[in-house]
Order: sequence, then C-alpha cells, then structure tokens
Amino acid sequence: MKNSKPHKIRWSFIIFFTPVALWLFLLIVFPHLELLKMSFTGTDFYGKSGFTLENYGEFFKEPIYWRTFARTALYSIFVTFIVLVISLPVTFYITKIARVKSQGFLTILVLIPFWVSELIRVYGWMILLRESGVINRFLVKLGIFSVPHEMLYNDITMVMGLVYTSMLFMIVPIIGVMESLDDALIEAAYDLGAKKTTIWRKIIIPYVTPGIMSGSIIVFMLVLGSYLTPKLMGGKNALWFTEQIYNSMIIYFNWNQGAAFGFLLLLLSSLIIFVALKVTKQDFKEVVK
Amino acid sequence: MIRTLPNSKAYTAAYRLFIAVFFIFLFSPLLITMILAFNNSMFPSLPWKGFTLDWFFGRGPDKIGIFHDDSNLRSIFTSIRVAVAVSALSTLVGTMAAFLFEQEDFKFKQVFYFLMLAPLVIPGVILGISILLFTNAVGLFFEDKLGFDMKFLSPGYWLVVFGQFSFITTITTMTISARLKKFDRTLEEAAYNLGANKFEVLRFITLKYLRPSIVGAAAIAFLMSFENFNTTLFLVGSDQTLPINLYLQVRDGSTPVINAIAFLLITFTSIVAVANLYGGNKKDQA
Repeated sequence: MKNSKPHKIRWSFIIFFTPVALWLFLLIVFPHLELLKMSFTGTDFYGKSGFTLENYGEFFKEPIYWRTFARTALYSIFVTFIVLVISLPVTFYITKIARVKSQGFLTILVLIPFWVSELIRVYGWMILLRESGVINRFLVKLGIFSVPHEMLYNDITMVMGLVYTSMLFMIVPIIGVMESLDDALIEAAYDLGAKKTTIWRKIIIPYVTPGIMSGSIIVFMLVLGSYLTPKLMGGKNALWFTEQIYNSMIIYFNWNQGAAFGFLLLLLSSLIIFVALKVTKQDFKEVVK
Repeated sequence: MIRTLPNSKAYTAAYRLFIAVFFIFLFSPLLITMILAFNNSMFPSLPWKGFTLDWFFGRGPDKIGIFHDDSNLRSIFTSIRVAVAVSALSTLVGTMAAFLFEQEDFKFKQVFYFLMLAPLVIPGVILGISILLFTNAVGLFFEDKLGFDMKFLSPGYWLVVFGQFSFITTITTMTISARLKKFDRTLEEAAYNLGANKFEVLRFITLKYLRPSIVGAAAIAFLMSFENFNTTLFLVGSDQTLPINLYLQVRDGSTPVINAIAFLLITFTSIVAVANLYGGNKKDQA
C-alpha cells in the first residue's frame, strides 16, 4: 500500500500520526523542556525571574545534596547487582532444572507478586520486620532475642526491600532469553569435561546478556526513581534523592530547585544506561524489546 | 547441571533449598498481610486474637471495615475512574502508534520511535514533576493572555490521567506492536482483492487479529494505572487515588483495614494476571 499513491494525502498516516505526535510532544518533549528551562530559572531579590545557575550551584555547594545523589546512585547500582545475582540461579532453575510440567506454574508464581502494588509489598515487609512485627515476635518467643529489635529503618533493610520490589523485572526478561538457550550446548560442554563455572561463564552468561541488560536497565531505573521503599523502610537520617526532589517541590515549594534536582536525576539515569549499553555493546532498541 | 544431565544429590538438594527460600522470601510478606486481615485486633500485628471479618464488614465504632470506610472507598472509586480512562486512552493511542510504527514510513521515524521508548527510562517521579511544571506553565499562559481558567490543568483527576497515560501508552504500544509485527499482510491483500474497503479490512481482518493483544494491553494498562504511585504523587489533587491514600495511612500507622484492602487487591490482581496469562497463551496457540 505505502508509496503506491505518493501524491494523494495519506489519511491513514494522518490518523495514526496525530494522536501519537500529540502524546509524545505534549506529555514527553515539552514537559522535559519546561523542566530544563525551570531548572535554569531563578527569582531575584526584587521578585523578577531570569536565567540563573543558582539552582545547580546550590546542589554542588550543599554537601547534603550531592551526597544524597551519590548515595542514591551507588545504592541503585548495588541493588541492581544483587538482583542479578539472585535472578540468574532462579531463572536457570525455572527454565532448565525444574520439571517441564511445573515450569509454567513456577513462572506464574513468580509473576503474581509482580502485579501487586509496591505499596502493599512494602507494607508486608513492615508488618514482618517492625519492632512489634511478626518476625520479632517469633524470635523473642523462641528465645533468640530477649527483647524485640527494630529491624526497619536501616540501609540493609532498605536494600532488601528494593531488591524485593524490583527483582521480578530482572527475572522476566532473563527467563525470556534463557528459555531459548539450547540444552544441547550445555550437554556438549559437559561431555567435553567443562566445569560448571566454565559453562556459566562461557555459555550461559554470554547467551543471556541481552536479557540481563534489559533487566538491569529496568531495575536500575526503578530503584533510582523509587520513592516508597526508601521512604518507608530506609533510615530516617539519610534521604533518597527522590525524597529530596519531593521536599523541594512540595514541602519548600521551590520548583526551580526541584527542577534542577529532577534534571540531574534524569541525566544520571540516562548516562549510566548509556555507559552500560556501550560497555556491553548492546543496542537500546534491541534491549527494551 | 540441567535436567538431562546427572547431578550430585548434594547439588540438587542445595539448589532446591535455595529455590524454596526464594519463594518463601517472595510470598511471606503477601501471605502475612492477607492473614492479618482476619485478625481480631486493633493493630496489624500478632498475637492472633481470633478470626474476624470486621476489617471487611465492621460498622464501627471501633472497627470500621473496608466496606464502610468512606475515605478508602472514595479513593478506590477514584482509582477505578482513573484506571478506566487511562486504560481506554492508552490502548487507543497505543493501537494507533503500533500501526504508525509497523505499517507507515515517514521522515524522522527513528526519532519518533526513540521518543516513544523514552518513557521506559525516565523515572516516574521525573515524569510527574515535568508534567506538573508544564501544565502549570500552560495554565498560567492561558489565564494571563486569554483570561481562561483551565481547571483541568491544575493537579487533579485529569493531570493524573495524563501523567499515567504518558508512560503506560509506551507499554500498550509495545504489546500491540509485538503482535502486529507477526501479522501476515497478504491477508489484507486477499481481502482487498475480494472487494473489501479499507475500513472493512481494518475492522474484520487486522483489528480482529490484534484483539488478544489489545485486550491484554488494556488489562495491563488498568493494573499499572491502578497501582501507580510515583508519577501520581506529584499530580494528585484533593481526590486521592488508592495508593496515595494507603501510603498516608501506612506512613502514619493504621488499623488492619489496610490488610483487608491488600487482601482484596492481591486476590483481584492475581485473578486478572492469571486470566491474562492463560487467555493470552490459549489465543496465541489458536
């Protein structure tokens, strides 16, 4: 059909293109340009607004801001790594070790918590871990603890919570790729005397790299941008960068500052994803499929 | 190593143990939340004080169940209204986007394709504040220059719908595109040869073929909208959606009525997810 009638107006094209262009420009492109503009705007002593670098200057001047930023970035990378380390053996079990009959069932089982809202999952952990929580009660009853301990509100619990809420976004893409890995490759390597570690290093990992990359990008993104889990499970004296953004925007009502923070977070996430793609020589379009 | 190769007993046992621990880790918070919805206590914690349905049906004065809890019922209703709108809009535009990227050729197609994927790597919080800033600027512009008060551009129902729509449409586009990619276009040609017009081909051939993916995309969009927190947080007005309302209650401490809501949500989402999975599989094979 296409190009057969080059001079006629292509109505089908216009019908499909208009809503998509409206969506992408009005809700993605323009808002982010506005974000960029706001981040370079400031109000001076007399209430006149104009161009300024002050909002970014503030970020570098105040150690609390860039420390929170660095902490959020490092923890996000760390969480992504842990998620990967747990997901590989789990996906391997589901696709290659479990009986063929139970595979579908196990996959659904893994998927179900993925559909339950993050808030409910975090709430579940709060019920388990808090001072009056279920785990404390059992440990005291068994005599392991003499008094209940507060297990929430520290960085270890927060990391665990982040791993928990984002893990499924790693498992799903890796299952997708690992399923298509031909068992014969592993059998051949085994028959030729390869050790398990060699098989993992030389066959399995290289084969599932596209899945690992899509999973890592989504997990990293979700963790970096998450608000609920750090807020409800993390320590009270160290913030996540999204909380910093929320505070500037909603509590101090300083939208210019919030915009600068938001843009920095966006820059960071794009940069890390870009570097990860370059290092592993993957294409963005292939990875997000 | 794999099921066709011999494994040592210790290896198999250790692996099974790991998987068992993994699934316990996965389900214990959900199960304990659901169980405590039936605990006859004022707090969502042990000890077990006996079975009750008060957190579902209680009329007060001390135990108000979810079905008599006005604030939570209202937020559930708000969430449903948002999710229905987002699901309908994002499925419609997602279908159009799928046709646009799979069947049309145009200048800067690659740029648009890249833009379409971008919401996947933009943190939800950033989407929320960008849209808030932009709609505020547009609203101010209209008010200053034209004297209109554009109510729907200030935080509230429509802003939440726009915000969620902005990234959920990427998901629906990808879901529907995946199926459209596999569509055999000779079917269309056959229909044209048999005298069908463009509209009939679209309706009876292409859309019919796409239907499972459209239904699946709508269900995914509904669930994603219903549970969205990060983007909504910045766009919400006085009508709070369920996740925002729950968040405030969880943060400030609450009664097990939250467990009752969680019980209903987990049950509901599991049913939708399983139906979607089974439904999708069956139709793919047919």
